[in-house]
Amino acid sequence: MKVRILVSFKDSVLDPQGQTVKNALHTLGYAAVKDVRQGKVFELELEGATRTQAEALVPEIARRVLANPIIEKFDWEILKGR
Amino acid sequence: MKFGVVQFPGSNCDFDAYHALRNVLKRPTVMLWHKDHDLQGADCVVLPGGFAYGDYLRVGAIARFSPLMQQVKAFARDGGRVLGICNGFQVLLELGLLPGAMLRNKDLKFLCQHVHIRVEDARTDFTRAAKKGQVLRIPIAHFDGNYYAPARTLKDIERSGQVVFRYCDPDGKVTPEANVNGSLAGIAGIRNEAGNVLGLMPHPERASEALLGSEDGRVIFESLLLSLERPKRSHPKAASTKVRS
Repeated sequence: MKVRILVSFKDSVLDPQGQTVKNALHTLGYAAVKDVRQGKVFELELEGATRTQAEALVPEIARRVLANPIIEKFDWEILKGR
Repeated sequence: MKFGVVQFPGSNCDFDAYHALRNVLKRPTVMLWHKDHDLQGADCVVLPGGFAYGDYLRVGAIARFSPLMQQVKAFARDGGRVLGICNGFQVLLELGLLPGAMLRNKDLKFLCQHVHIRVEDARTDFTRAAKKGQVLRIPIAHFDGNYYAPARTLKDIERSGQVVFRYCDPDGKVTPEANVNGSLAGIAGIRNEAGNVLGLMPHPERASEALLGSEDGRVIFESLLLSLERPKRSHPKAASTKVRS
């Protein structure tokens, strides 16, 4: 099974990199862009994991390692397998 | 008293710290490899600056899983003195020994310059040779030193007086201009509630000899000597914390 985990700053945390990207987009004339948040993407290949096991495992890995819960949040989805 | 300096792959201020402790303070100092399981009898563990594990994932995020860091965690829980400098501070935050987290500097630039920091509390084990309000001129060299804590955590650490150093101007005024990396409340260094763990972004080991342009950093190491080599007088707040727990 392949899963994708998206880690980004919590809404309450200022994201200076996202702000810089937003400013660049505005400079290029993309006035419609109201805000930009930058994050990290992880793709994990899980061997022999069922959906139920993945639902326990992935959030644990995300909380413990991939994201720092003080400043970051995460979302995840299954890309392949079931 | 014996110091132990932890080495991770990517540490690059380990020998600066070793030199300051061994040759300037003239105390026995050992290098501790991150894969080891033994603190070799160190009375104080120093986590030096650098880029442990290349700062991959997040600063300090991988280093905290090193075997030796589990020993450091237990050592700190038992009251052992732990000093985290720059990347070492970031590791202590990721390890959960200090509250909060680090964000990228507000201007997204790596900052390498001398700054001024004000001693907010001169009763800690790391500042007792200094005076409250004393201004220290010490260099910084970091990309991720923008200290952050959720509003509630910040309130707690301010209330319990855990902010030990703040960025200030040469006269000791905490101003937005002096806060070069954008840290919350100008925080440059904090201690844990018990008072035995301190993290700071500036590099005291790079300001421990006149030859290096400043000797102001030495007061932090001298404070540790006072704390560990003289009869123990614990921090009043730390003492009351212990009674409660």
